[in-house]
Amino acid sequence: MGRLLPFIGFVLLAGLLGFGIWWNSSHDPTAVPSPLINKPAPAFVLPRLDNPAQTVSKDAMLGKPYLINVFASWCFACGEEHPVLMAESKTFGVPVIGYDYKDDPADAKAWLAQHGNPYDLVIADPSGHTAIDFGVYGAPETFLIDSKGVIRYKRIGPLTPDVIAQQLKPAIDALQKEAP
Amino acid sequence: MTPELGQLALILALLLAIAQSTLPLLGAWRGNRALMAVARPAASGQAVFVALAFAILVWAFLHFDFSVQYVADNSNLQLPWYYRIAAVWGAHEGSMLLWVLILNVWTVALALFSRQLPEVFLARVLGVLGIISTGFLAFILFTSNPFGRLLPMPPDGADLNPVLQDPGMTFHPPVLYMGYVGFSVAFAFSIAALLGGSMEQAWVRWARPWTNAAWAFLSCGIVAGSWWSYAELGWGGWWFWDPVENASFMPWLVGVALIHAQAVTEKRGSLRAWTILLSLFAFSLSLLGTFLVRSGILTSVHAFASDPRRGTFILGFLAVVVGGSLLLYALRAPKVAGGKAFALVSRESAILIGNLMFTVAAAMVMLGTLFPLLGDALNLGKISVGPPYFGLLFPLLMLPVILLLPFGPYLRWGKSDTPVLKQVLVRAGIAALACALLAAFFVQGQLKAIAGVASAVWVGVGVALYIVKRWREMPRGRRYPAEMAGMLLAHAGVAVFLIGVMLSESLSVTRDVRMTPGQVATVGGYQFHFDGVTQTTGPNWQAVQGVVTVTRNGAPVAVMHPQKRTYVHEQVQTESAVDPGITRDLYVALGEPMDPNHVERAWALRLYTKPFIRWIWAGGLFMMLGGFVSAADRRFRVKREAEAAQTITATVQEA
Amino acid sequence: MGGLLRKGAWLALMVVSGLAMAQAIDPLPFRDHAEELRFQHLTGELRCLVCQDEDLADSNADFARDLRHKVFELMQQGKSDAQIKQYLVDRYSDFVLYDPPVNPRTWLLWFGPLLILIAGGVAVGYTINKRSRTGTPAAPADNGDDW
Repeated sequence: MGRLLPFIGFVLLAGLLGFGIWWNSSHDPTAVPSPLINKPAPAFVLPRLDNPAQTVSKDAMLGKPYLINVFASWCFACGEEHPVLMAESKTFGVPVIGYDYKDDPADAKAWLAQHGNPYDLVIADPSGHTAIDFGVYGAPETFLIDSKGVIRYKRIGPLTPDVIAQQLKPAIDALQKEAP
Repeated sequence: MTPELGQLALILALLLAIAQSTLPLLGAWRGNRALMAVARPAASGQAVFVALAFAILVWAFLHFDFSVQYVADNSNLQLPWYYRIAAVWGAHEGSMLLWVLILNVWTVALALFSRQLPEVFLARVLGVLGIISTGFLAFILFTSNPFGRLLPMPPDGADLNPVLQDPGMTFHPPVLYMGYVGFSVAFAFSIAALLGGSMEQAWVRWARPWTNAAWAFLSCGIVAGSWWSYAELGWGGWWFWDPVENASFMPWLVGVALIHAQAVTEKRGSLRAWTILLSLFAFSLSLLGTFLVRSGILTSVHAFASDPRRGTFILGFLAVVVGGSLLLYALRAPKVAGGKAFALVSRESAILIGNLMFTVAAAMVMLGTLFPLLGDALNLGKISVGPPYFGLLFPLLMLPVILLLPFGPYLRWGKSDTPVLKQVLVRAGIAALACALLAAFFVQGQLKAIAGVASAVWVGVGVALYIVKRWREMPRGRRYPAEMAGMLLAHAGVAVFLIGVMLSESLSVTRDVRMTPGQVATVGGYQFHFDGVTQTTGPNWQAVQGVVTVTRNGAPVAVMHPQKRTYVHEQVQTESAVDPGITRDLYVALGEPMDPNHVERAWALRLYTKPFIRWIWAGGLFMMLGGFVSAADRRFRVKREAEAAQTITATVQEA
Repeated sequence: MGGLLRKGAWLALMVVSGLAMAQAIDPLPFRDHAEELRFQHLTGELRCLVCQDEDLADSNADFARDLRHKVFELMQQGKSDAQIKQYLVDRYSDFVLYDPPVNPRTWLLWFGPLLILIAGGVAVGYTINKRSRTGTPAAPADNGDDW
């Protein structure tokens, strides 16, 4: 019986490795799931991109759910996500706030002017400090925040039509059903 | 035209490998001498075609044949010829071809230097090596062909990753593979023994030199990789417990256990099943390492491009080879303990304890490396396992080994008398304590450094005492047989390594500084004087080069030239400046200019002093040397006179 | 003593590459050497989420620089190592720690090797016990060649 142990051990190991291959084909191996799901969003106060004298804060946004989409003019994947947002952002049923991350405001404005602006409003975080409180570590990332200011869903990486249909929209619908 | 010849050569090699796998094993089973005799020529033929394919790939690189996809991806017109050769194994497809080439090198060597092996046994050994070769050749031809064409042919290629354009990187993969792949010989011997069923210990004697040599190569390869990482990557470190580093370390640890277990089985006939199992483990871990690096399931700086198809193929291959061998072990391993008995205080016990620690260490490294994957599988969340984990548990597990090491040569087989052991304990112990106290005075209470000195002296004095004992007791010419000399060298290497690790880890000083030209920073007792930057060029790069003059107490020590290179395709690479020394390294890395528009003004620099860091690699090289010297012992190659006499008597009796 | 640098295209290249890579080499205004050591030790135990095979101390990523500055800021505010790590874990999960926490989820990791050691130790003990019981073997003749 003891002689069979190494073989059994190997079978378990092979199972784990096989799982690894399968898991990798359906998941982004570098994605780090957020610990802030179902926790309150950080209390942010950030200036608008178009009018820095005006600020947008978490308190101001309470009362209805909304999306925050983290993007930047230097971010290649955001360029890939952008057409999807342009096409679908109005169909989400909730406001979409653009979150300009570690970007030069002039570059960001030029980028939006060139590619189009799918957002209801755009806020800017040139230093990236507030983004750390959100657990942002790159762009693009998308957060769904409910009417009480709690983060309910996070997408790491670009939004695709599949992800929107299978994950984002159902999450938004669930929120709508919760609090009329 | 020529790349297709390479592909053809590989196909022919595969066919020969299939012949080499199936026919001799069939012949050994059936006692058919003609089939068994296929082994050597098939192996030689396969080697010729694999070498041809490899040569064709090298040729394609040397002659800038960008119509071959692999060449275009990994070289360009500016790449110097020596790095074009290194580029052959710089990415996945080529490195697999190198793997198979080296497998053939070992196979041919075995076929040549195996006159004393019984025919049936050799047929089985070569057959098993043939199976492994078949698997890898099939893998190359079906999923990783280096000869694929790129049409239309581009005017210039991409580049070899600048990080790989370094002598260490040229050297590291071939030597590492010699080690990895070399364990296949011990593996094949063990399978042949399991298949053959007769458990005479003689086969272990034949396996020992091959195993020692493979382990020595692996030691060298790991040292080369660590050295390259230190010299090239700009972080001043030499080991990160990165998954791919661990993938090479696990077989090394099991290899240490195996070398010692083989000694026990050869000389005393005991622990036969355990020795066989370790041989299977060592090569299985080599294969596992090959899998981990290419499957993409672990995040690592080192990982080759991942592809689930390739990962699945290798996993399947692993299942057949490793699973099959372990199943064979379960069915055929010796069930009755054989060989001579041994007492609690004996060399066998010490080796057994050492084996335990090395095996648990390998298991610990595997657990830590794979735990993040386990976390995903069991939904435990995303967890990282890094140097704090390995760096705590590994020394703890090695502590018993270090404590036992001086006693090793003094312990007798079977049963040992304690007086001589007590003597060693006292002498080595006092020496260690004395040096520890002395060290404490110099390093201002740094515990790690003191522990390092104590443990190194403990081990080193133990080795020295035994060297003196043999000198006194034995006549010239019989004092240090090669096997023993190798053992002493390797154990001395442990002492050297301990100094290197413990002192450099505890006494290194690192500082990030902002310096304008003319400023001086003091680090670790040395004054680093920044003299601004100049511009310089190389064969395929341009660089900003800093000039740093180092003095100590006013006396000049070195002028160092850290660089930031920009390669052909805009890849930026930091080339750190290292001033090597026996008692310390000085290390300077150039950061960013404070103002990118004014590179003649202030710069950020990272300055290091690293005491005794070279002793780490020196220790590793001593271990390597020990492995090679041991392997060279004539005793392993010559049939024992007693055995020969027995054969004669048996023949006479039959007649 | 700085050499002459040709401006123009060369400088443009430097600027581009300089902006492209925020370096890990990042002098910060430490109060003293002890604080610098503490910072180095702490950032050496934290993982960069962008270059996931590097620690915070050595990663060249922009994001790593942000987190290093955050760690420095928290140190200046008087937070302890544990508090700083907790701050980061709250935002980035345990993934950011190279030193895995000890909790029920990681018991297998931290105590697995001990269990294997104990199991192996039992096997070794059993083997030695069995072997030493089959009669004390005569100590082999020490002729020096058979060592």
